[in-house]
Amino acid sequence: MHLAYPAVLAVLLFCVGLYGVLARRNAILVLMAVELMLNAVNLNLVAFDVWLRDTLHAGQALTLFTIAIAAAEIGIGLAIVLLVYRNRGSSDIDRLRDLRESDGPPGGDSSGGSRDEKSVAPATDNDAGSGSDQRVQGPAAGRRHA
Amino acid sequence: MSALLVQPLVGGHTGAAPAHTGLAAGHPGFLSPSGVEIVFVLVGLVTLGAALVTVTTRQLVHAALWLVVALGGIAVEYLLLTAEFIAWVQVLIYVGSVVVLILFGLMLTRAPIGRSPDADSGNRWIALVVSLAAAATLVTVVVDAFRATWIDLEERTGPGQGSSEVTGTALFRHWVLPFEALSVLLLAALVGAIVLSKRNSDAGSGSGSRPGSTDSVPARRNKAGES
Repeated sequence: MHLAYPAVLAVLLFCVGLYGVLARRNAILVLMAVELMLNAVNLNLVAFDVWLRDTLHAGQALTLFTIAIAAAEIGIGLAIVLLVYRNRGSSDIDRLRDLRESDGPPGGDSSGGSRDEKSVAPATDNDAGSGSDQRVQGPAAGRRHA
Repeated sequence: MSALLVQPLVGGHTGAAPAHTGLAAGHPGFLSPSGVEIVFVLVGLVTLGAALVTVTTRQLVHAALWLVVALGGIAVEYLLLTAEFIAWVQVLIYVGSVVVLILFGLMLTRAPIGRSPDADSGNRWIALVVSLAAAATLVTVVVDAFRATWIDLEERTGPGQGSSEVTGTALFRHWVLPFEALSVLLLAALVGAIVLSKRNSDAGSGSGSRPGSTDSVPARRNKAGES
């Protein structure tokens, strides 16, 4: 068999997974795309192991290790996604932006009683800052109260 | 050492047939593919199509089910590459447990059954451009690098190269220490997943004694149910 067939298939699968990771919004769909990328790497490892006829069988052993690590990764990842969903009510990864660096008010969308004491202090910052931060913050605060 | 073994093999291939002709004497080129290659390409097309549907469909459960097709297609590719043990491990672990885990995750995060219009984020065009550029670059490099390289899939006498006997011998003779380290990692992942999932139920059971937090947890659950 020509080696280009599995190599090109692995490359295309990896790029499909790359698109999925970059374009998806739901965290579980991102995890599925990560699985596709890991499978592309596994296909490469198996193809090159069969090609090289390694005496240590490094490719197939590393494929088994990658499969086991992927299983561990999907378990931990889904546990984290479930925890985020329970805390936030949403698993959309582009709404989880509490750690972003922004020039707006810091920590403005934290929950609980700390919102009230912070809503006094960033009032001046909101006036000084751009209006887009308020527009971003508005639906987030409304969604959190709903 | 394996490289030394392979190098005259590859040299023999390219020496027997120049790379630019494509039709090698001992090996069929692109114009006369063998049966294994035809099956490989067909299954590869199915796998690639299933992967594309997985990352582009707007129905979340359908994405998980198309992922089954993609992973099963990759298992068939392993079989065609004579890696039988890897193929069955792939079927058992990926199709058997990972996709089931993903389906449970979709169920527990109350994924919408029908079409969800916001499955793709706003930067999908940037993602498309990045992935197409990466695909073009990598396909060019890979095709240019392995244009004149053939995999010898002929079975020698004795067990096949990817059989469970050969894989198990290599795994437990040369790769014992990484194998044990991997078992420790799996144990750590298991404990970590249990801890991550259990903390909330501890808070829920412990909140029965404290009336203040009893309101917060069902309120949070209700809010999660709405959105």
